[in-house]
Amino acid sequence: MASTIRVRATAGTDTTEVQALIQHPMDSGFVKDAKGELIPPHHIETVTFEVGGKVVFTALWGPAVSKDPFVKFSFKGGAKGDDLKITWIDNKGATDTLTAKIG
Amino acid sequence: MAAAISVIAGRPSMALDATTPEQDFKVFRDYFVKKFPKVPLEDFVNGPYSMNEDMRKQWIEKEDFPPYDFAVDRGKELMAQLFKNGKTLADCFPDKGVGIRQNYPYFDTAKGQVITLELAVNQCLEANGEKPYSYVRDDMAAVTAYMALTSRGKPMDVKIPNDPRALQAYEAGKQYFYQRRGQLNFSCASCHIQSPGERIRAEVLAPALGILNAMPIYRSEWGGMGTTSRRFTTCNSQVRGTPLEPQDPEYRNLEYYLSYLSNGLPISGPGARP
Repeated sequence: MASTIRVRATAGTDTTEVQALIQHPMDSGFVKDAKGELIPPHHIETVTFEVGGKVVFTALWGPAVSKDPFVKFSFKGGAKGDDLKITWIDNKGATDTLTAKIG
Repeated sequence: MAAAISVIAGRPSMALDATTPEQDFKVFRDYFVKKFPKVPLEDFVNGPYSMNEDMRKQWIEKEDFPPYDFAVDRGKELMAQLFKNGKTLADCFPDKGVGIRQNYPYFDTAKGQVITLELAVNQCLEANGEKPYSYVRDDMAAVTAYMALTSRGKPMDVKIPNDPRALQAYEAGKQYFYQRRGQLNFSCASCHIQSPGERIRAEVLAPALGILNAMPIYRSEWGGMGTTSRRFTTCNSQVRGTPLEPQDPEYRNLEYYLSYLSNGLPISGPGARP
């Protein structure tokens, strides 16, 4: 199965800009299906971005975040060729990881 | 019937009134070029983004990580997935389904009807003993998204063969396009000929020219992908009409008519829309 994560990181002069897209239903738990039954909550709780074993960004997400979330941030440091590791964990314990090179 | 013929015979100017698809094509294109002189012809395929500068900026930023990306990957997988009989979806299409989007819909002279890409996908699945996809979303949207992406930039190339039934299908599609319907008494043309670039609530209406070149689309409003069938049925509901079944012959004729008028404009699908 294809990865649920798409990422692009570009190193600038002193900061690195990261953009990532994650495929996830992000069900809030407040929406009903066609039969009128509540769709149980199913959303990402934690997303972490690591460079060289050091966490550079953590996101704590809840039911208010949209389906297939997109995140964009920049951090100080990071050089071309470094490994950027992205991990997400959802409320059902499912998880996915991807390691990408900073370009 | 006899009465109808006598009416036509009684009006010698009828022959002049009747338009051919070629004439339609010219009038239709001239209308949009004149109405939007600043929009380059091949940009009409970008729908609302050709009409509104702010939306265009957002869209360009979004194209870095287009929301249809996941669907395209899924479509590629599905095309290559083996059926129970060992064949694949790709085997049903010329060039394994790559770069052929611009040739659909086409008029099948053997069957005497318009065959759209979505119909062709399901006919392939059924012929191989597989379960057909939903016409509106999910796997169908994924497969057609992949086909559209591999055809990007190729000019739409829909032909009307020398067959009276093909011309009839084209005329029926045109009729459907201009026919008012629903509680709001709108025709397709009310929004997409008369008012492109204007707002309907928060949305900017897309021009009819090139509107199908971007299909299938990811609509944020849907929270997912949708096919041409999905767009037609939701449009019909939005004017408070009763939608037809997806891939109803009338919808296929409409798709045939609209695609023919967009001949020469590049395929821009899969698209992303608000």
